[in-house]
Amino acid sequence: MAKIITKNLNLWYGDFQALKDINSSFEDKKITAIIGPSGCGKSTLLRVFDRMNDLIEGVHTKGEVFIDDENILGANTDLVLLRKKVGMVFQRPNPFPFSIYENIVFGVKIHNPINRYELDEIVEQSLKSVLLWDDLKDRLSDSALDLSLEQKQKLCIARLIAVKPDILLMDEPCSALDPQATQRIEELMRELKNNYTIIIVTHNMQQAARVSDDTGFMLLGELIEFAKTEDIFTKPKDKRTEDYITGRYG
Amino acid sequence: MERHFDAELKELHKEILNLGALAEEAIFKSIEALKNRDKAAAQGVVDTDNRIDELELAVDERCIDLIARYQPLASDLRFITTGMKLNAELERIADLAVDICQRVLELVDKPLLKPLIDIPKLSAVAQKMVHDAIDSFIKKDVDLAKKVILSDSEADQLRNLVQEELVNDYMARDSSTASRAMPLLLIARHLERICDHATNIAEDVVYMVEAKVVKHHRQDLD
Repeated sequence: MAKIITKNLNLWYGDFQALKDINSSFEDKKITAIIGPSGCGKSTLLRVFDRMNDLIEGVHTKGEVFIDDENILGANTDLVLLRKKVGMVFQRPNPFPFSIYENIVFGVKIHNPINRYELDEIVEQSLKSVLLWDDLKDRLSDSALDLSLEQKQKLCIARLIAVKPDILLMDEPCSALDPQATQRIEELMRELKNNYTIIIVTHNMQQAARVSDDTGFMLLGELIEFAKTEDIFTKPKDKRTEDYITGRYG
Repeated sequence: MERHFDAELKELHKEILNLGALAEEAIFKSIEALKNRDKAAAQGVVDTDNRIDELELAVDERCIDLIARYQPLASDLRFITTGMKLNAELERIADLAVDICQRVLELVDKPLLKPLIDIPKLSAVAQKMVHDAIDSFIKKDVDLAKKVILSDSEADQLRNLVQEELVNDYMARDSSTASRAMPLLLIARHLERICDHATNIAEDVVYMVEAKVVKHHRQDLD
């Protein structure tokens, strides 16, 4: 079942067209990878789904993006609710300069003022779902800035999970991590896809091949090919996809 | 863009061709040894098989090394995995040529049971199938590979003819012919197996070029 559908999606930064007629369908509770060279529009596409591009001056879009059958590009979209439903994990983990506990409850308090006991429960469940609870349960008041990079990235994911989103957008979530930490984040993604729809942008082809169910290849703002991951990496249909994933592009 | 990886792939290609040439030569020599009842030629094929075994190991090692170091994808991945399969098929073909020569060595000191008619026909089919299968790999020629796949039934028919004749006309009538008929029966079987391996190579070539699986799906050949 499709969670996100884009129809004839176009986006411009001023005069520069960054997305060209994107028609795609992202499956519910699956991991979809978006790959492509730098500047191809993959992060821009990701940022359409939580309307983060709205923050950039001169951006305008045309077309439709449906999440659960609602066009999120409509003028009436409640951006606070949208960003609760669609969380974003960035390249470098960006915890708030607060305690571990406060990082997790920050968003929860904005969306839903609840009591301390309920917050404690949310903190525990969120940290458990990113496999951090055992390591951090005795130091919840420590600063989040003192954590390792991997722990910070997991904390950022836990912070999203705390507000109960449906969709997790991940923009190069492992590029700052070492191979072991990367492997553990990938394992976490596999766990998380049981409950969330995940879209990951990555330059790491092997990572896309390892973790995703579907893969889309973008080039110069176009979605060139979108298919099952095993098909993209063993028998791509478009020569441009073939050239990119075999390193012949450029 | 020319990649360093391309030079490595060319080396692998060269090694597979080398193995293919040796396997073809082994079949040719084994069939010549059979036709000419040539003991020395048969023994020569048996003795040189270890060269093919060594090359098979080297090709396998190169393929594993390339996968480990380059994590190939798409056509590169299909080429290397096909290379590994071809490697095994060619080594088996060479082993079957050795098997034929061992049967020749069993036969040469005994009087000829009958003039050979269908076995030379079958050996010509086997040689052509192996040659064309290797050629289809070299030229990435899917049409030629498909022709190889379709000619496998001819090999089966010839093997059946040889079998029926040897069993019904000789062994069933006179059990004392068995010691001369059995090696011929086995040679026909070895030749037919060579054709099966050529067919496997051709099926792998179709996958390598078109990413289409025709193995066990003959209906998808068109």
